[in-house]
Amino acid sequence: MTELIEQPSMLSDERETIEKVAIVVSKGSLEGIYPALIMANGARMEGIEADLFFTFFGLDAIRKDRYEKIKVATVGNPGMHMATWLGAVPGFSALATWMMKRQMEKIDIPPIPEFIELVHDSGVHLYACKATVDMFGLTMNAFVPQVEDIISVGEFYEKAAGGQIIFT
Amino acid sequence: MTTTLSTDTVDVDGEGFLTNPEQWNEQIAETIAAENGIAELTDRHWLVVRFMRERFLGTGTAPSIRSLGKESGVPIKELYQLFPEGPAKLAAKIGGIPKPKGCI
Repeated sequence: MTELIEQPSMLSDERETIEKVAIVVSKGSLEGIYPALIMANGARMEGIEADLFFTFFGLDAIRKDRYEKIKVATVGNPGMHMATWLGAVPGFSALATWMMKRQMEKIDIPPIPEFIELVHDSGVHLYACKATVDMFGLTMNAFVPQVEDIISVGEFYEKAAGGQIIFT
Repeated sequence: MTTTLSTDTVDVDGEGFLTNPEQWNEQIAETIAAENGIAELTDRHWLVVRFMRERFLGTGTAPSIRSLGKESGVPIKELYQLFPEGPAKLAAKIGGIPKPKGCI
């Protein structure tokens, strides 16, 4: 028998709302980037303020030379439900990416470059992480024009103040 | 649940979205807009509201924010200027159609 444990309810009848989110994107795979973009866009659609902070391989989502070539991780991804050697077969990641993109287009989820533009135009602020930018030896020139600035982790916390932080 | 907007009594859900689009008219739209912080509906607001409504009545689903930006004639940036609290959600509410269910 399962028993449902009651969650403590808030004292007042008034439901709390989220006013602001700051989303950290740390992975450069298709399945690492999309959830963050969908959540940022979804926040704006509800009138919630949203910031995106790209760090480590998440920077690929805003790099001019890479953002059109984001792929599904077919190796080391148990969610793919297949043998690791198969995921490593040349061209397999491209095929899985193509299939997933086709499915997403069907439900009106835009490709990454269009999605970056969409969230930016919706009022989402996009930032690159200074530590990673320095580590990879990059400058603002490496990034798409929607990126507002390269900021330190301290500045990120300042901007995120008063909101919720989501790490993907 | 019902509520009275201007002089009409309409069926609404818990968040104030009309559940029967046929009960909608332009006075109702203006009343809902005013209640949601839009003092006056401009031609640009109407363009978006009518697009939402027609698409919903034609297809049974409200358009995504992506197609709203591409096909309504009003670009994304302006959509958010017109409806700061969320264009798709608010235009649906003003247009007398149910709350959009999609994630995009």
